[in-house]
Amino acid sequence: MNAKANLKTLLAASVMAFGVSQGALAQGTIKIGSVLSVTGPSSFLGEPEDKTLKLYVDKINAAGGVNGKKIELVIYDDGGDANKARTFATRLLEDDEVIAMVGGTTTGSTMAMIPVFEEAKVPFISLAGAIEVVDPVRKFVFKTPHTDKMACEKIFEDLKKRNLTKIGMISGTDGFGASMRAQCVKVAPNYGMQILTDETYGPRDSDMTAQLTKIKNTAGVQAVVNPGFGQGPAIVTRNYAQLGMNAIPFYQSHGVASKSFIELAGAAAEGVRLPAAALLVGDKLPDSDPQKKVVTEYKQAYEGATKQPVSTFGGHAYDGLFILVEAMKRANSTDPQKIRDEIEKTKGFVGTGGIVNMTGTDHLGLDLSAFRMLEIKGGDWNLAASGS
Amino acid sequence: MRVLANQRFLTLAILAVVIAVLPFVFPSSYYFRVASLVWVSALAAVGLNILMGQAGQVSLGHAAFFGIGAYAVAIGPAHLGIPSWAALLIGALLSAVLAYLVGRPILRLKGHYLAIATLGLGVLVALVITTESSWTGGPDGMPVERLTLFGWRVSGSSTWYWVTGGLLLVGTWIALNLDETPTGRAFRALHDSEVAAQVVGVDVARFKLQAFVIAAVYASLAGSALAFMNGFINPDQAGFLHSVELVTMVVLGGLGSVLGSIVGAAVLITLPQALTVFQEYEHLLLGLIIIVAMIFMRNGIVPSLSSLLVRKARS
Repeated sequence: MNAKANLKTLLAASVMAFGVSQGALAQGTIKIGSVLSVTGPSSFLGEPEDKTLKLYVDKINAAGGVNGKKIELVIYDDGGDANKARTFATRLLEDDEVIAMVGGTTTGSTMAMIPVFEEAKVPFISLAGAIEVVDPVRKFVFKTPHTDKMACEKIFEDLKKRNLTKIGMISGTDGFGASMRAQCVKVAPNYGMQILTDETYGPRDSDMTAQLTKIKNTAGVQAVVNPGFGQGPAIVTRNYAQLGMNAIPFYQSHGVASKSFIELAGAAAEGVRLPAAALLVGDKLPDSDPQKKVVTEYKQAYEGATKQPVSTFGGHAYDGLFILVEAMKRANSTDPQKIRDEIEKTKGFVGTGGIVNMTGTDHLGLDLSAFRMLEIKGGDWNLAASGS
Repeated sequence: MRVLANQRFLTLAILAVVIAVLPFVFPSSYYFRVASLVWVSALAAVGLNILMGQAGQVSLGHAAFFGIGAYAVAIGPAHLGIPSWAALLIGALLSAVLAYLVGRPILRLKGHYLAIATLGLGVLVALVITTESSWTGGPDGMPVERLTLFGWRVSGSSTWYWVTGGLLLVGTWIALNLDETPTGRAFRALHDSEVAAQVVGVDVARFKLQAFVIAAVYASLAGSALAFMNGFINPDQAGFLHSVELVTMVVLGGLGSVLGSIVGAAVLITLPQALTVFQEYEHLLLGLIIIVAMIFMRNGIVPSLSSLLVRKARS
């Protein structure tokens, strides 16, 4: 290898590396950023989020934009990699100079991006589930999805109504399952719940009969709770039916709240209960329900544009975008600090996830009423009869 | 010998100049961040190149050591009250010890068997990190305390640019020098033919183990640097895909070429950033570029380009 070769290669590499052209800054637009896991293992969350944001930003712009300015949406795909997410977060702030962000599909990528936004003092509305995103409260970080803690509480509330207090748990060891399991264990005593047996399975396991048999053979188990998402819970549900455990009430989490769960679990899903947002049962809500209008409109718009069944995950992006848009309207400014202050003042916002009332100490703003207890009947979501 | 020494000096000088000059053309600190990521990955790749390129052994579980380094600086200060800089050294030591203990039996294996054994090691370490959530925060990861040296809090993209750039420079210098020591020559003998090396008196098992331990320490230090830089770490960094990424950097850049490992890292880190303009086709193009590069530059980017230039210069 000679000197020339060395130099030329390096030059070529550095040109290739840093010759990234920068798009011209469009005048008079508001730049909103988003980092989503559109591909990779969390794509079933990120894809509907991506489609929802694009769909509604187009709608808002067609209607004249916000404060007379069009929104320019910059979306990057982190592929589920937290390290990449952080790089894109830096890019959004430093290079694209966005004034706010709606994104962060997974808890992992959200947690990796939080320090970047906190340091830059730019509001960040996260779409990730776990409670640690907003607990402790960080000045510039908000989130829209219900927390796993609320899901546990909703399930326990329902169990209490049915006078069931001794439960078995089977949890996935993925981020979602592990976090929710920990929250359930933590809040169980508040509802007088006794966890008799606590099993786990790996996110890619293909058979959970061993763990379920153990639960079945534990004397006194009155109900079973399964925190997890992805394909795991569908397999657990199938195994549950195969072992003839249907007589024991079975609870899934909001992590399975998409049509594909019912398709994967098939007939075994009959009678399974889960806490989920009103979005899934929009057409079954009574007309008096304040959320009915929002969720049916979102469902129609999303399904009309994408020809795919609506999921609660896209709904979280809808909520995040509109909380931000309304805050920008109230602030009548593009100053991130002022927008942040207005997001925190969000009151009575009716979203797909519930009615949002934020405060200085609550950057989520949802209470337990945001969750509906659903029961799967006839291959579809139904509102569970309370107290039965 | 003189020529070799010059070439070594030249590689190092070019790297130093590039590191020193780049900041003048960077428009924002986002570029510092990307460049720092390149230096960190390059450090791990340069280490892996000692094992793969010089000693000719495969490791498909190298991210395990990267993960150990990263989690050492996360867990040390958070759970055990160890200062960050000490945790960094402990992480490197742990990686070295683990590489030594595990390397002894598995480096007796060859080819596919060695690849599978190292793969197993990588999967195991990633599994432990994911499952021991009370220590590691589980699959969602854990925050990392900032590095403080003599009361100086190391933070900010440009600071880390210089720190990681400096680390890479030292790492490259050691790797280049190693090539010219008896150990380096033994590595190359191993690479060419194990039997021949044995016949001329090279202690095959010992040198393989040495290369493995050195590569592990490089990866561990790179992992620690990334963890400090991000202030946050999750198990992806110790996972199989990251191992594959490191191997790709070394092979793409050119097996056995120190500069190649750095170029390989630069390509793999910056290409996805440059390709975001193509949105949905990003991954498709990334794959395509790597395939095309490997078809037309079979020895890797740096060796292929340099031999091409040499040929052109002669004709």
